[in-house]
Amino acid sequence: MIATVTETRQARGLAARWRATATGRSSGFLVRWGALLAVGVVWELLATRSRSPFFPPMTDILTRARDLWFSGDLAAGFVAWDRVQVDLVPSFTRLALGWLLAAGVGIVAGVVIGRARNLADYVDPLVHFLRAIPPPALIPPFLILLGQGDRMKVALIAFGVVWPILLNTIDGVRSVDQVQLDTARIYGIGVRRRLTHIVLPAAAPRIFAGLRISLAIALILMVLSEMVGSVDGIGFGILQAQRSFQYVNMWAGILVLGIAGYAINAGFLRIERRVLAWHRAEKGGAR
Amino acid sequence: MSSRLLAVEDLGLTYGTGQTAHVAIAELDFAITTGEFVSIVGPSGAGKTTLLKCISGLLPPTSGDVRLSGQVVDRVPDRLAMVFQDYSRSLFPWLTVGGNVDLPLGRQGLTRQDRRKRVEESLNAVGLAGFAERHPWQLSGGMQQRVAIARALAYQPEILLMDEPFASVDAQTRAGLEDLVLAVRERFAMTILFVTHDIDESVYLADRVLVLSRSPARVVADLETALPHPRDQIETKERGDFVHLRGEVARLIRAESMAGASNAIP
Repeated sequence: MIATVTETRQARGLAARWRATATGRSSGFLVRWGALLAVGVVWELLATRSRSPFFPPMTDILTRARDLWFSGDLAAGFVAWDRVQVDLVPSFTRLALGWLLAAGVGIVAGVVIGRARNLADYVDPLVHFLRAIPPPALIPPFLILLGQGDRMKVALIAFGVVWPILLNTIDGVRSVDQVQLDTARIYGIGVRRRLTHIVLPAAAPRIFAGLRISLAIALILMVLSEMVGSVDGIGFGILQAQRSFQYVNMWAGILVLGIAGYAINAGFLRIERRVLAWHRAEKGGAR
Repeated sequence: MSSRLLAVEDLGLTYGTGQTAHVAIAELDFAITTGEFVSIVGPSGAGKTTLLKCISGLLPPTSGDVRLSGQVVDRVPDRLAMVFQDYSRSLFPWLTVGGNVDLPLGRQGLTRQDRRKRVEESLNAVGLAGFAERHPWQLSGGMQQRVAIARALAYQPEILLMDEPFASVDAQTRAGLEDLVLAVRERFAMTILFVTHDIDESVYLADRVLVLSRSPARVVADLETALPHPRDQIETKERGDFVHLRGEVARLIRAESMAGASNAIP
């Protein structure tokens, strides 16, 4: 929580400095993407010079990524669906299922535990113990229990990411302002409306912080789970490419994963900003 | 003859038990008739907020009871509203001004049209017409407290409790809000119980002033103000009877505070 708060504050400070130094929108854009572009160019130069088979030039990687997944025709939206169907769709389906399952369980359980103080005393140690287990350690038992299929992968992702959501929800629900709760009681707002109109919105900033952290963990666990006993998915694809000495394919897979991770996070931030507009404005003292 | 709306009978509240027990209220008795404006004033830490919590049903008393229209208050009564001191914590920042005023109307079985009308009327009454779509954090402190008052008005309570509602706004805003409360009281014919630590305010607003002792709180004086309406921030406060009454209340409170101080330093 603290990390995310300082993070946003730093980000805001940086953004302000960018705005101050940049003379226009286009130069701000340049600053933001320039560093990434520079890394790409340096990679290209070093790779072309070294001719190492392990580090192919960036242009080769980009071309391969396009050929593999984005060589479809106009009707298909330039997406090569046959390969995407095998490499990307299974991965992101697992990611979505695992994350949504964890979000559902984490928020519901978090509200229950957060509202019932006695219950929290019993489950707190258990929650903190389970959270301390590094999720990859559970791959062997999950393989035995659930087999090599999607169920194991979804379960691993869900187990790994449920804790930040659960703990943030408990924390958010517990720290709802007493005056707000008293106000609700005075005005006879019933239990259900109190939950939907007061407790959940008040806890929303923390719940979203938990969801955001868990999304990053979900991506890691998705790749990891596909590297042990899998027949499809991007994690499997990257490992398979390395084992069959197709290093360009391997790097192309990593590149696509990076882009997807960035896009998912950006999409989530967009939704968060919309939902929590009141929170940002209130804390920022905006008029 | 107006009827007795609120009766506080032999009320007591003790926090904790044994050695660490703190008696906040003891043997407190008073009654309010329908339509009255009663202010409660007392030295700081007298248990004024605790008293309002007991009256509103938020906090069960440890002895005695509170009756509203003859019914013992054992939970928050349906037709009771409260304006809290801390408006920024009492308003919900994720709702618009209109949404905040509308939220309590959900269970009153009103049609959507009636609700919208009530929200509009009460925002008009506090001078915030046209602010329904704004958010509370876009308004100044005084305006936010007016939203809280509008929310109470829209609820149409039999009795309105106000817990030091103007303690955290500046003096000029405060005078404006005091007159606003007098105006809406006139218009909506409400019974108001107003807690404050400001002596001028307690005399200026009320028909009756109850002076509380230091903790444990008891009523040490019950004074009719008998000041004419409408009241005026300058003229009313120049009147001899206002000045006299204010002095009397101030002396009582000073006596209570000194009694507390002499107890503390034996």
